[in-house]
Amino acid sequence: MRLDWEIAKRGWRRYSAYPWATVAGIFTNTSFGFLQAYVLLAVYRHRTDVGGFDAADAVTYVWLAQSMIMTVYIFSWWELAWRIRDGSIATDLLRPLNPQRYWLAHDLGRAPYHFLLRGVPPFALGALVFELHWPTPLDAAAFFLSLALAVVVSFGFRFIYNAVAFWLLDFRGVVTLATTMVIFFSGMAVPLRFMPAALRDVCYALPFGSVIQTPADVWLGKRDGLALLGVLALQAFWAVALLGIGRVVLRRATRRVVVQGG
Amino acid sequence: MVDAVFVWRRLVGAQIRSQLQYRTSFALDALGTFWISFIDFLVVLVIFRNVPRLASWNVHEVALLYALSSVSFAVTDMVIGHLDQFPQKVRDGNFDILLVRPRGTLLQLVASDFTLRRVARVLQGAIVLVYALSSLTIHWTVPRVLVLAVSLPSAAVIFSSIWVVGACLAFWTTDGGEFTNAFTYGGTAMAQYPFDIYATWLRRLLGFVIPLAFVCYFPALYVLGKADPLGLPRFLDFCSPAVAAASAIVAAAVWRFAVRHYRSAGG
Repeated sequence: MRLDWEIAKRGWRRYSAYPWATVAGIFTNTSFGFLQAYVLLAVYRHRTDVGGFDAADAVTYVWLAQSMIMTVYIFSWWELAWRIRDGSIATDLLRPLNPQRYWLAHDLGRAPYHFLLRGVPPFALGALVFELHWPTPLDAAAFFLSLALAVVVSFGFRFIYNAVAFWLLDFRGVVTLATTMVIFFSGMAVPLRFMPAALRDVCYALPFGSVIQTPADVWLGKRDGLALLGVLALQAFWAVALLGIGRVVLRRATRRVVVQGG
Repeated sequence: MVDAVFVWRRLVGAQIRSQLQYRTSFALDALGTFWISFIDFLVVLVIFRNVPRLASWNVHEVALLYALSSVSFAVTDMVIGHLDQFPQKVRDGNFDILLVRPRGTLLQLVASDFTLRRVARVLQGAIVLVYALSSLTIHWTVPRVLVLAVSLPSAAVIFSSIWVVGACLAFWTTDGGEFTNAFTYGGTAMAQYPFDIYATWLRRLLGFVIPLAFVCYFPALYVLGKADPLGLPRFLDFCSPAVAAASAIVAAAVWRFAVRHYRSAGG
């Protein structure tokens, strides 16, 4: 536990080393927030409700999604894949620490940094311009739990597609494809509630819905009582399942793969 | 100028030959890029599942905006998208190499790479363009054909200018690359939607400061024969080439200014 804490602190520090990158990132998230907010608001010129979202819900959703994008780290994460490719993974495997546990602890140190410095500012800027929905204390508490689970689900998925590098030398295509799937099926590109019912239900059931749409639904108070427990349980299920799959993949890989020399 | 084109063709030709050496990798990459670029358009379709019109624009009209923005952006991305890696060149001191060679720095930088696999994205935009043009009933006249034909290269020049100005940021800060993304990738995304959905302050910014409104909004209004929902003067419909030329001049000036103030980190 003490070890995990130390690794997590390094995860935090690594990302806090580039302050200008943080400022630039906030600027980019805010720009995309404005774009998506105005596109969705144009929809509400003709509608009052889309899939249970009113205009304020939809705009709040946009800013929540832009704020969560770095916390759950939806974009390409290559670190493990590169270590496999250049052979550093061999050193990692010699250590008395499972690489999955190492990177999970690292990611859980990174996430709070990104939440505070990349998540809060775009949301605050959005709140200056638009009327946003604020949660009840209970929903707010549930949101943080849901967001933490979302980070683990996202990490579990990222770990698996990175491990593909054990088998494929040219893993770039796989990583890009996986990232694109998350962006679309998580509700990052457009809220799942705007999608056709069948597609929406599939996305909610798959791990993707747990990454962006579910925490946002919780913030917006769309999940109460048993439904709230249900979505949190689903997130927890995917977190455990993906970590489990990742562990199996890693074990298989280390048993039969010849590491690139280096 | 003739010399510049010659140098560019020689260097880029070598790049393309080298990228085609690994045929399977290239084909897989291009195929991936092709499908992935449909995601943006899927978003447009999902949105139009919920409404018949976005402001006064139907799905075919927005598809035209989308296609014009995508094709011109994808061409730009293929030709100069590697400027995204420029901050790295400044940081590790490799930019200095360009300074001692007897050609312009911007020319050398642009000619240093060419991402051929992004041709798949151009193709994706072109398919949407064909779809949009075939599903719209456009009353074709010679001026309309001309405006449409000229709008694509103009838009590419506008995007390129934005990219070059963005790359100049690297001379002052090497970890601010994402600022540029907001204007390049963010720019094409904004141009894919009708401008009348944006708030006034954003429209002013995009119309006059970063001239994204001239990428496809004004030319599309003219080609479609639509009244401007914002009631702006109609001569703006024909201004894209002039705006493109002005952007290029500004970008070149900013680049020259930045290079003159460049101090090497020592590499």
